[in-house]
Amino acid sequence: MAAPAATQHGSPDVDAAGQQLFDELIAQDSRIEPRDWMPEAYRKSLTRQISQHAHSEIIGMQPEANWITRAPSLKRKAILMAKVQDEAGHGLYLYSAAETLGTARDKMTEDLIAGKARYSSIFNYPVLTWADIGAIGWLVDGAAICNQVPLCRASYGPYGRAMVRICKEESFHQRQGFEILLELANGTQAQRDMAQDAINRWYAPSLMMFGPPDDDSPNSKQSMAWNIKRFSNDELRSRFVGMIAEQVRALGLTLPDPDVRFNEDTGRWEHGPLDWEEFKEVLAGRGPCNAQRMERRREAHEDGAWVREAAAAYADKQARRAATATEAA
Amino acid sequence: MTGGSTTGDDGSTAPAAGPAEKRQPWPLWEVFVRSSRGLSHVHAGSLHAPDADMALRNARDLYTRRNEGVSLWVVPSSAIITSDPSAKEQFFESPQGKDYRHATYYTKSEGVKHL
Repeated sequence: MAAPAATQHGSPDVDAAGQQLFDELIAQDSRIEPRDWMPEAYRKSLTRQISQHAHSEIIGMQPEANWITRAPSLKRKAILMAKVQDEAGHGLYLYSAAETLGTARDKMTEDLIAGKARYSSIFNYPVLTWADIGAIGWLVDGAAICNQVPLCRASYGPYGRAMVRICKEESFHQRQGFEILLELANGTQAQRDMAQDAINRWYAPSLMMFGPPDDDSPNSKQSMAWNIKRFSNDELRSRFVGMIAEQVRALGLTLPDPDVRFNEDTGRWEHGPLDWEEFKEVLAGRGPCNAQRMERRREAHEDGAWVREAAAAYADKQARRAATATEAA
Repeated sequence: MTGGSTTGDDGSTAPAAGPAEKRQPWPLWEVFVRSSRGLSHVHAGSLHAPDADMALRNARDLYTRRNEGVSLWVVPSSAIITSDPSAKEQFFESPQGKDYRHATYYTKSEGVKHL
């Protein structure tokens, strides 16, 4: 989105003036751009968040790509391929945004492959039936949209711009998922059961996508002070519960949580307890599919090495030929 | 491919990372998209590609999946010359008192039509 950031930290004068301008821009709710001075902690925190977000998009291609060959019709295959291609695109927009903070994309890829970087825990759950593809679109992409819409206003310009592009594309993802479930819900009893089972399994993991509860989310406060995050984890989660509680009725199905209700006093939607121990386990690499997701990512990268080498060799050859032709002329 | 249960979700253990690939990173390109005839090319984002041809093809796949454009430019990021963000004041702020450069400075003709 722009050339990598210039080095700016230097003399105390430069830092003091830079910090002052940075603080003013944040106070005005303006945007920080790649070549601006920014606190090292801001740069580091954003690099971590944006690269994790990018990794999530890339790893997120796997559970769905696994179902392309088994999608029930040519139309559904075409839709699923388009969706998986979008996820790849989203990953690339985000890697570009992260690169403007000064970390090379190859380094981020290396970190992911070496298991040093994290990605969303949601993609470590297995996708067992076709109805899961519906539930992923509706619940997982739905939760992602809830999280991402406020990020369009993130204080870091390139991140916000990438999110605008991504959000425009996500709404198709959520609708196609909902439609899959709607068709199953209006099908045979076996199809309805399959749709309900998928919702039962994806409900809690999708709620946990918003991150730990506010009192256990150490980075949230600083992130909100920097105008990166606009709403707390619990607030976004509560909004999401309200949306799906309404939407699930259109499916004629139910959410697997008897405690979902609107609290008139707080004006917030509430849900039953979530298993945060499970969340921590999955995040720590001990979820049902962590090892397999990493293995696939590594294989894809290694299997693609010859393509990257060939493309680089071809570019070199073309450049040499062009140079020779210029000399000869 | 190894693994490969029906769902691809067999939970098998991942092997250790292989040796790091030795290659120069591909250059960075900035992508500009003309969304329709009559409009300028506008910066859409950036990407990595080994050469201009690949940059153009990747830009098509990455930034125009939904008919976002009728024309694309790709420019090596290294070819872009930028102004210094810290020199904002000297560089951009025109000296005070030059509001006569704006039409709103001229108020005496107010009420005269088509002016």
